[in-house]
Amino acid sequence: MAAREEILTAVRQHPPPSRDLPQVPAFQGAGDRLVDEFVAALELIEGDCVVQPPSDLQSWLSERFPEAKRICSAVAELEGTVTPEDFADWNEPADVDVTVVRSPLGVAETGSILVTERELRVNTIATLAQHLVVLLDPADLVPTIHQAYAHPSFQKAAYAVLLSGPSGTADIGGVPVHPAQGATTLTVILSPPTDGGQGGTEAPGGSTNAGDP
Amino acid sequence: MNVKPVDQARNALAFLEDKDQTASFHNLFDEGIWALRERRDAAAREVPEWEQLRDLASQIKEHTLSNLGDYLELFEANARRNGVHVHWARDGHEHNQIVLDILASHGVKQLVKSKSMLTEECDTRAFLGRRGIEVTETDLGERIQQLDHQPPAHIIGPAAQKMPQDVADLFHRVYGSDPQNAEPVYLAHVMREHTRPVILEAGAGMTGGNFAVAQTGAIVTVTEEGNADLSANVPKLRICSVGIEKVIPGVEELAVFIRLLARSALGMRITQYTSHFAAPRAGGEMHIVLVDNGRSQRLSDERFWPSLKCIRCGACMNTCPVYRRSGGLSYGATYMGPIGIIMMPSYDLHRYHELPFSSTINGSCSNVCPVEIDIHEQIYDWREEMSAKGEYSVTKKAAMRVADAVLSNPKAYRAASEVGETAMRVLPHFAIYNRLNAWGRRRDVPSPVTQTFHQWWARNRGDGVPPADASSERPSSETSG
Amino acid sequence: MRVALVVPCYVDMFFPEVGVATLELLEKLGVEVEYPFDQTCCGQPMANSGAAKQARATEELFVRNFAGYEHIVAPSGSCVHHIRNKFTAAEDTPERRHVSEHVWDLPEFLCDVLKVQEFPWAEFPHEVALHVSCSAIRGLNQQTMSERPNDAWFSKPRSLLEKVKGISILDYERRDECCGFGGTFAVTEEAVSAAMGNDKLERLGANGARYIVSGDMSCLMHLQGCAHRNREDFHFLHIAQVLNGGAA
Repeated sequence: MAAREEILTAVRQHPPPSRDLPQVPAFQGAGDRLVDEFVAALELIEGDCVVQPPSDLQSWLSERFPEAKRICSAVAELEGTVTPEDFADWNEPADVDVTVVRSPLGVAETGSILVTERELRVNTIATLAQHLVVLLDPADLVPTIHQAYAHPSFQKAAYAVLLSGPSGTADIGGVPVHPAQGATTLTVILSPPTDGGQGGTEAPGGSTNAGDP
Repeated sequence: MNVKPVDQARNALAFLEDKDQTASFHNLFDEGIWALRERRDAAAREVPEWEQLRDLASQIKEHTLSNLGDYLELFEANARRNGVHVHWARDGHEHNQIVLDILASHGVKQLVKSKSMLTEECDTRAFLGRRGIEVTETDLGERIQQLDHQPPAHIIGPAAQKMPQDVADLFHRVYGSDPQNAEPVYLAHVMREHTRPVILEAGAGMTGGNFAVAQTGAIVTVTEEGNADLSANVPKLRICSVGIEKVIPGVEELAVFIRLLARSALGMRITQYTSHFAAPRAGGEMHIVLVDNGRSQRLSDERFWPSLKCIRCGACMNTCPVYRRSGGLSYGATYMGPIGIIMMPSYDLHRYHELPFSSTINGSCSNVCPVEIDIHEQIYDWREEMSAKGEYSVTKKAAMRVADAVLSNPKAYRAASEVGETAMRVLPHFAIYNRLNAWGRRRDVPSPVTQTFHQWWARNRGDGVPPADASSERPSSETSG
Repeated sequence: MRVALVVPCYVDMFFPEVGVATLELLEKLGVEVEYPFDQTCCGQPMANSGAAKQARATEELFVRNFAGYEHIVAPSGSCVHHIRNKFTAAEDTPERRHVSEHVWDLPEFLCDVLKVQEFPWAEFPHEVALHVSCSAIRGLNQQTMSERPNDAWFSKPRSLLEKVKGISILDYERRDECCGFGGTFAVTEEAVSAAMGNDKLERLGANGARYIVSGDMSCLMHLQGCAHRNREDFHFLHIAQVLNGGAA
């Protein structure tokens, strides 16, 4: 591995003056009004937030997405038309209209929600579907990105993505538009998990999901 | 190889005088890019600890770079533990060859990729294209530039120099879309419709990496579109190219950068997709290529290593008044604007020896840089480097020698300055460089004065016989209109 | 108090009245002003172009002329930034360091050393736009920079001007965007330099101000050149001229 040895030797030859690694303080951000902050932040990035969970998720979905034919459900609360396990190939979710998934973590500062391969099982259901609906227990909200990165998923997951609003771009004339390549809309429903559901508050580990390292 | 040096000033003039553009294009470009600076300011205002975050980010990068060998080894060990293949490339060519070998061994003919300035450095797309691999950019701005055979004009918004109508015309030529419809929503839709099928059928996906987290062996990508996620997750084979300077210690440090990056680049608190890839997708294979390409050499440079702290946010070029009136393509380089000026001479001193002079050294860039690179000081120092290395035009050298001779000699200075028109030629500001009377092309020159301050002082306040030209009249010029 | 007056080379040659105004203002404030006659230039034109070797003799001449003074005052933010922060072509001697540590731009000297509270002889019943140079803002910390939106607001030059009777200081957009002079940049990249100057003038005058005041004649020389070429009706004054009175 000549390249490896050469590069490592080269970077050690005459490095910049030594510097200690600073301690990152525990910035607290919003602190106590997490739901309000989260809703405001999500609105800023063109996401939608449903603060009161609908009693019937299925009919809420039909009303919100009347044209939707293929619903991919990754949650126990809902029976969609497909589940992630139905996909043999990860490009198949391309014709999914709506993906419903539960997130184990939300960030009030940015309006972000976390999903990993544990929740998705097939990672592309989050990015190939036309619309994304995310269930989030408000108890799983943290104030800032700093607390978010303390979540064990960032140590253990093969794929972990902080999603913040629907996909977009401002590459043409600096005008922000939706969607770009990913979901056209992103809706977060603040709902604690029902019993027997895939609660996001379970500690990770001991999982049987494909793709875990 | 005799490479012609980039004449950024001439390119900037062409940008300003471009008759093909509408008269207001330059203003629109300047205002559009300045708007990013304003949004950045607004985002920073929301964060009371903003300056503290900048300090932390700078210190974290400096710590990491001063221990880069250890962090690279730690990163590699953790990535390998996760089942990722890690390769090392000394230069762009070696990188391209490694990528080619990986693709060839899997029989890949179609590759999709997300934005990576590193692959622009290495000219990877052209390399693969010549060897029968079709590469499709999935970032909208990159794709536009790819289709138009142009390099990126801005590191965040590659198509920044195009108006929506330019894109409508381009997409009409390539995709047969409606040339009358220049709405960005429509054009983004055209891109999505044509790129999706390519992504779904691609044999492999390639991404860059904003950060490489040593503690977890994960690569982090930051996008608005989600195209890095698609490129990484849809195909079974995934390659990630990342410069060795992208390594950071752990997720605690990552948080600092994530809070700074989107705010600095776009005035957004975070981009839509902040993605962490630690291991290959189920049933898939993941390769990381760690690339040097001059970084280790720059790291050893006592003066110019700080540019390695760069997290590619583009805030410096957004605030740079010269960039906003020159256009990004005027720099003729992979990296443009202030960060480009201090990085590119490391890649090719002669080719880019004029870039450090495409600046007024006003200091705005250094103060928006999230990792506190002293960019404008580096620009100043690069000028000294150019002078010391003889990368200086003959006329500039001559002008400096004249200035030295006159300004270091009080009597010579007074003699020269007191004689009307000659004064105009004493200062290098007014010296004749490669163009005659450059000052006077677009500006009036200052009016001649009745006497210099020296002469006035000698006549009115000094002792002894005043110089012959002195008068007791109050000196005047036309400043007061 | 005894002060040595620096008159920058381009002020000496093209705007000597600014030197006179600075001198008279300091004397009005009770300062004894000396003018080292053999002064020429601070070396900035060569040093900013990277020509350190060619700046050395001029910088060392400056040190010889001014080393004997406790207070060295110049009506120029760019020169003072150079002398204080970038005086590295000259040999690093105790005299060189003394000069770097004892030089002041006029607004700094008036605010921080003399702590002037009023200018009773001055009246300026006009609307003005104040241009504070990049050297003064980011090199000498005379005013809060817009890049740091969480910093408390302050401005030394503005606080002085506000004390002038009758004056009205108008705000404008992009308050600290560079005017485009940039030293040799003005010649080597004149098209962009002029474009920056024209844009700056448009913003400076957008709210009706016809007087442009600055602590840097280099910026004003450039802006004035642009304004005259465009036949625009602006008047350009150094802050010393306004504070000294008689400029209205």
